[in-house]
Amino acid sequence: MRTIALSLLELLLFIAISPFFSGLITKIKNNIRMRTGQSIFQPYYNLAKLFSKGEVVSDTASWIFKAAPFVVIASTLTAALIVPLFIVPGSMPRLGDFLALIFIFALGRFFLALAALDTGSSFGGMGSSREMFIASLVEPALLLVVFAVSLRYGSTDVAALSGMHTVTVSSLMAAGALFLVTIAETARIPIDNQETHLELTMVHEAMVLEYSGRSLAFIEMASSIKQMIWFLLIAGIVFPVASPGPAGIAHLAVWILWYMTRIVIIALAVAVLEISVAKMRLFRAADFLGFAFVLGIIAVVCAVLGI
Amino acid sequence: MGYFLFDPLSVFFLSVIALVSLPSAVYSIGYLKGEASGRKTALAWLILILFLGAMGMVVTVNNTILFLVAWELMSLVSYFLVVFDTKHEKSVQAGTIYIVMTHIGTAFLIAAFLIMFKYAHSFDFSAIKNACASMPAGTKNTVFLLLLTGFGTKAGIVPLHIWLPYAHPQAPSHASSIMSGVMIKTAIYGIIRFVIFILGAHCLWWGIMVLVLAVISCLVGVIYALMEHDIKKLLAYHSVENIGIILLGVGLAMFFLSLNMPYLAVFSMIAGLYHLINHAIFKGLLFLCAGSVYKATGTRDIEKLGGLIKNMPYTAAYFLIGAMAISALPPFNGFVSEWLTLQAFFLGAFSVTGSAKVFLGVLGAMLALTGGLAAACFVKAFGITFLARPRSHYAVNALEVPFSMKAGMFFLAALTLAFGLGGAAVIKILSHVAAAATGIDITAMKFSVNNAVISPQAGYDIYLSVPLLALVLGALGIMGFAVYKLSGKGKTITYTTWDCGYYRLSPRNEYTATAFSKPFRIAFSFFLRPYRKTQKIRDSFYHIRSFKYETHTTKVFKKYIYDPALAMIFRSAKSMRRIQPGSIHLYLGYIFASVLLLIIFINRF
Repeated sequence: MRTIALSLLELLLFIAISPFFSGLITKIKNNIRMRTGQSIFQPYYNLAKLFSKGEVVSDTASWIFKAAPFVVIASTLTAALIVPLFIVPGSMPRLGDFLALIFIFALGRFFLALAALDTGSSFGGMGSSREMFIASLVEPALLLVVFAVSLRYGSTDVAALSGMHTVTVSSLMAAGALFLVTIAETARIPIDNQETHLELTMVHEAMVLEYSGRSLAFIEMASSIKQMIWFLLIAGIVFPVASPGPAGIAHLAVWILWYMTRIVIIALAVAVLEISVAKMRLFRAADFLGFAFVLGIIAVVCAVLGI
Repeated sequence: MGYFLFDPLSVFFLSVIALVSLPSAVYSIGYLKGEASGRKTALAWLILILFLGAMGMVVTVNNTILFLVAWELMSLVSYFLVVFDTKHEKSVQAGTIYIVMTHIGTAFLIAAFLIMFKYAHSFDFSAIKNACASMPAGTKNTVFLLLLTGFGTKAGIVPLHIWLPYAHPQAPSHASSIMSGVMIKTAIYGIIRFVIFILGAHCLWWGIMVLVLAVISCLVGVIYALMEHDIKKLLAYHSVENIGIILLGVGLAMFFLSLNMPYLAVFSMIAGLYHLINHAIFKGLLFLCAGSVYKATGTRDIEKLGGLIKNMPYTAAYFLIGAMAISALPPFNGFVSEWLTLQAFFLGAFSVTGSAKVFLGVLGAMLALTGGLAAACFVKAFGITFLARPRSHYAVNALEVPFSMKAGMFFLAALTLAFGLGGAAVIKILSHVAAAATGIDITAMKFSVNNAVISPQAGYDIYLSVPLLALVLGALGIMGFAVYKLSGKGKTITYTTWDCGYYRLSPRNEYTATAFSKPFRIAFSFFLRPYRKTQKIRDSFYHIRSFKYETHTTKVFKKYIYDPALAMIFRSAKSMRRIQPGSIHLYLGYIFASVLLLIIFINRF
């Protein structure tokens, strides 16, 4: 019972907090560009609006198109259960490890890519093809990151990996590779661009182009939760923290503040990267992720050398 | 029963054969109806039964002579399955490639068995096993290489895979399902039985060699599959890939055996065997689904298909399950075995030292790449075949297949889920098979915490609970659906796909399989060597009447290995013809000369 309650609490926290980081990144980007920009809370307003709107479904679409948002949200939330937020490790259900996390993300992506093909629009097909292309190149780099980090700890458990060890050259390299992977996975410049609907550049947006209303809200929610999960994972490697412990309210408040600040720092890094480089051609994505792969290998070698 | 052997390894392979063959046989009732005449149907059943018998014999005999007899019987009978559809010239061609390649493989096996006989003076497995202990290292290496080449040809390890994408698709679909699902597994049986069980994998480089070949097979198989638009050929290339994944498990077992790490050897072997049975199930399922599509539409070219999910909802659902399983998505069986294989790499890396860690890491990364590419390939295969709108008249008039075919597919689809959810129980059974194969005592080892949680090793905090995962996924999906239903104020309208104001999109505007795989074609162009030709046909300078576009990829193994080899054989055959001019006098002279030489030889030596 306690496990279920804690799990639900964790999921609610993820749902509640995650859009904030999307808004934050947009805000930072706008400020650096000397624009006022939208409110930090705009993603929440968007979700609220989408939930109250009607929906248009293509007459070509089959049940895959209608089911995909639920698969996407379910798989993303399951992933969120594997990555601990505030909850003390050990109190969450024992679902799986870091490797299982990779496969769970793949489940949501698989359905979204199918749904994109389902409406028969070329945009969808284009997005689907590009997304699967990028995702398949992400996998080896991501695996090397997990490999390098778990070599030091001797386990692939996410809770164990995201805390309680010191920062080394190996973990910095791994975090660098994971950062590049995160850029690709969360549809950020230079791999993808969330701000455009230009057919030459869009990847994720092209896939979800046919969605509207509540279905789109689910997909947007899933995207921001996924983004937060990636940020948390990087934060766990670069800024390891111990779990809060029973040391009083003040201590806990400081801990929570530091916990969130770490994610904000990573959001800042993403925002700065996004405004300082241009979007790459799709085929250059292979070079970009190849670089992540090489960083991953360096991380593994460093881990073997013990530095 | 003096000639047979029913140890856990043999029984395991027998049950794999049975699991896939039964539903395929049921499926063939509906599949052959209308496809072939009554006499030919009877012939198909006869061949099928002979084929199953031969495969059963291969995995149970305990004697190399009988093994060869069964092996040849299996190859010959499956040749008749490949050429079963005699209407097509392609079948005959595919059959020829198959029979030539399989006999080259058998030749290597015969050589290996003869060398073994020289030391054991017996054809019996147990006698050979005893004799192998005293075999010199050089001979052992030779025997290993001969066995690997011989069985590798049957398994379809790159670069010996050349026959597989021709032969498997050409057979009737229920036979393709058995050939791809089970027959190539008998080669894995051979490798486990002869290399690990009899020879004993003592050399480190054996394991490394198998691992490297396996990872090459994975990547080459999946990259070719991505380029393929013939649905059965695509599946055949995936067999090359999955044999690679199975061999990663088996190769790791050899690797750890030679390093004297019994726990890891058994664990890797379990991973390999688990993927073996999983691949048999989901590849069998996918071939049956592909057969249903072929039966309903009359084409295997996915560029001409589309929208089949509406006319053939059952086939589509089963294909989707198979596609999810082969893409290693939870909660289906492929997920568990790929997780185990990756975990074997991780656990191994925790235990070995130095550069071996990096080696295992890079192999693991390549396996991850394979997984990603396979998922992309099955988004293509399922999406283009079943989703959107029909791309040609073939797909418009498709009808759902009859009950017997659906039943066969349903059975395998249910197994796909069962082997995903029941992973912990399967691992317990497989641990005994792995123990029998490697000869390691496993009583002190622990492979799963309880019936729901898989946890490789006590002391490591690594776990996977597929039933719980499935439960959570399902519950969250239902919760999402409930929120969707309850929160809805707005109406849902059905309207056409957004067409940029172009007015009425046609199926010709849909994305094609060629377009889908284009990023991969470009990213892997160093290997695929794509060739592209565009031609504008003009009425006048300003008006282009039509546009021709042609693209294909170069099959490097065929072009640089097989074609030159074939050319050399023909050249030498031509030069041999000079001594065969058709004169009876000359032939008598040859006989006389050879008799003379023989007499001299016998007297002199």
